[in-house]
Amino acid sequence: MNRRIINRRLDKAFKILGIASTVFGLLVLVVLFVNVFLEGRSRLTWDFFSSFPSRKPELAGILSALVGTIWLMVITGLVAIPLGIGAGIYLEEYAKKNRLTNFIEINIANLAGVPSIIYGLLGLGIFVRYLKLDRSILAGGFTLALLVLPVIILSTREALRAIPFSIREASYALGATKWQTVRYQLLPASLGNIMTGIILAMSRAVGETAPLITIGALTYIAFLPQNPITFLEKFPFIHFTLRGLLDPFTALPIQIFNWVSRPQKGFSTNAAAGIIVLLGLTLAMNAVAIILRHRYQKKIRW
Amino acid sequence: MIRQLNAFYTDKEVLKGINIDILSNSVTAIIGPSGCGKSTFIRSLNRINDLIPGFRITGEVIYRDKNIYDKDVDVDDLRRRIGMVFQKPNPFPKSIYENIAYGLRIYGINEKQKLDEAVESSLKKAALWDEVKDNLNRNALTLSGGQQQRLCIARALATEPDVLLLDEPCSATDPISTAKIEELIYQLKQNYTIVIVTHNMQQAARVSDQAGFFMLGELIEFGKTEDIFKAPKDKRTEDYITGRFG
Ligand SMILES: Nc1ncnc2c1ncn2[C@@H]1O[C@H](COP(=O)(O)OP(=O)(O)OP(=O)(O)O)[C@@H](O)[C@H]1O
Ligand SMILES: [Mg+2]
Repeated sequence: MNRRIINRRLDKAFKILGIASTVFGLLVLVVLFVNVFLEGRSRLTWDFFSSFPSRKPELAGILSALVGTIWLMVITGLVAIPLGIGAGIYLEEYAKKNRLTNFIEINIANLAGVPSIIYGLLGLGIFVRYLKLDRSILAGGFTLALLVLPVIILSTREALRAIPFSIREASYALGATKWQTVRYQLLPASLGNIMTGIILAMSRAVGETAPLITIGALTYIAFLPQNPITFLEKFPFIHFTLRGLLDPFTALPIQIFNWVSRPQKGFSTNAAAGIIVLLGLTLAMNAVAIILRHRYQKKIRW
Repeated sequence: MIRQLNAFYTDKEVLKGINIDILSNSVTAIIGPSGCGKSTFIRSLNRINDLIPGFRITGEVIYRDKNIYDKDVDVDDLRRRIGMVFQKPNPFPKSIYENIAYGLRIYGINEKQKLDEAVESSLKKAALWDEVKDNLNRNALTLSGGQQQRLCIARALATEPDVLLLDEPCSATDPISTAKIEELIYQLKQNYTIVIVTHNMQQAARVSDQAGFFMLGELIEFGKTEDIFKAPKDKRTEDYITGRFG
């Protein structure tokens, strides 16, 4: 009798404790949000988006940082997505399960947990120095690609593993080759999960500062990388170049970091506004990931 | 024709020295208690068990004068000619139409008209057409278990194999569709060689020409269905058929 009452009390106590910890976490987050928002709100004007950094806080903007971040994401995605999906498919569907693949698997899982600054050092060694890419957008994009690659590989494998084995059997039993099975059955069935993993990985990369600083991304950039496409007045009317890839760059988190470390009050307002933009970007990406997951989960339920 | 077939899952022997002569254009039924190796047996006939890590096989399966386990056999082509319906329905997470069209598409057949025809005729054969004809774009995973099983039968028929391996094709179908499927098996016999695993003794007796009784990985008895059911030679077969164990 007594025991039951005690158990019930314990149960209740634990429930309250659980609620308390959840609320605490949320509260901290909300305070942070509100704080940043109140501080940075006044700077969120069109000028802020369309100006280069400046020594005067009222004139400084995030144009070069935002454009730099977009370039970085495009390069990171172009490099890491095909490589990551390819490696994931290979490891999950093609590779024989033996010691070597086991070793590779464990290492990829470990790589996903390596601190990002290590990737910065790697990027500095390989891309900046050895390949002589200098502190270019390309070097930055490659470095971030290395960073997200293990995560994409892992999420691709997980997405493939979630597909019941019987689906593969059904496909092979019809005489499909391995590639046909992957291309027409496994990839479509796992695309939702793979995309979700990719977006989450990319949204993490957007906020990465350490590796970019390590490879020497600049903080003061008062020009944009050369546009890949320019329109001309004369024949052939359109000019295409990838020279911009080799231009130096800055990115949102670096710009924020730079502003935060300045003494003037105006710059901390700028930093807050920059944080709002960056948060907005990551939240938007996460929202897309969540929507994708919902859409696909509704369609496919084993 | 199967000679001295032994099969192992990571060294656990589940088929022991099986010898069966499967006649073409006839129905061969495989019966036996659960876990005796029926699925393993039927799944080694199209080499689908090769996909299972640790699976190993010795002996020969002769199909068109050739051992299908020979090194130079084109396995994809083999599976294309030996169709299979699995014990558990496994439709693709796509529309009903695409489930059936897939088999043709992977052979490079993409003309809409041909696909339409194949979809319709195989769904009709598998006794599913009337239930789904109004909504072929419906996701196959939303069908009931019995409907999924008939869809899998239709999918296997669409590619017109020579041999059909059916692993308990009626385990989830109601009596009416079961009767239709049995009728289908009867018709298909003219052009196909059929091997069917079933737990339903009446079904085995009704549809098959020859039957094999498996127990604990051994083929206890094999012969004409009539003989097996009317005058089993082995005591164990008789006990099983009359329902004394299994
Ligand atoms: N993938 C596997 N790995 C290891 N052992 C397996 C595997 N599949 C089946 N077995 C074992 O092999 C034996 C034969 O299994 P099988 O599926 O062929 O039986 P079955 O006659 O089809 O049974 P049921 O009538 O229940 O379908 C069983 O003892 C089973 O435990
Ligand atoms: Mg079975």
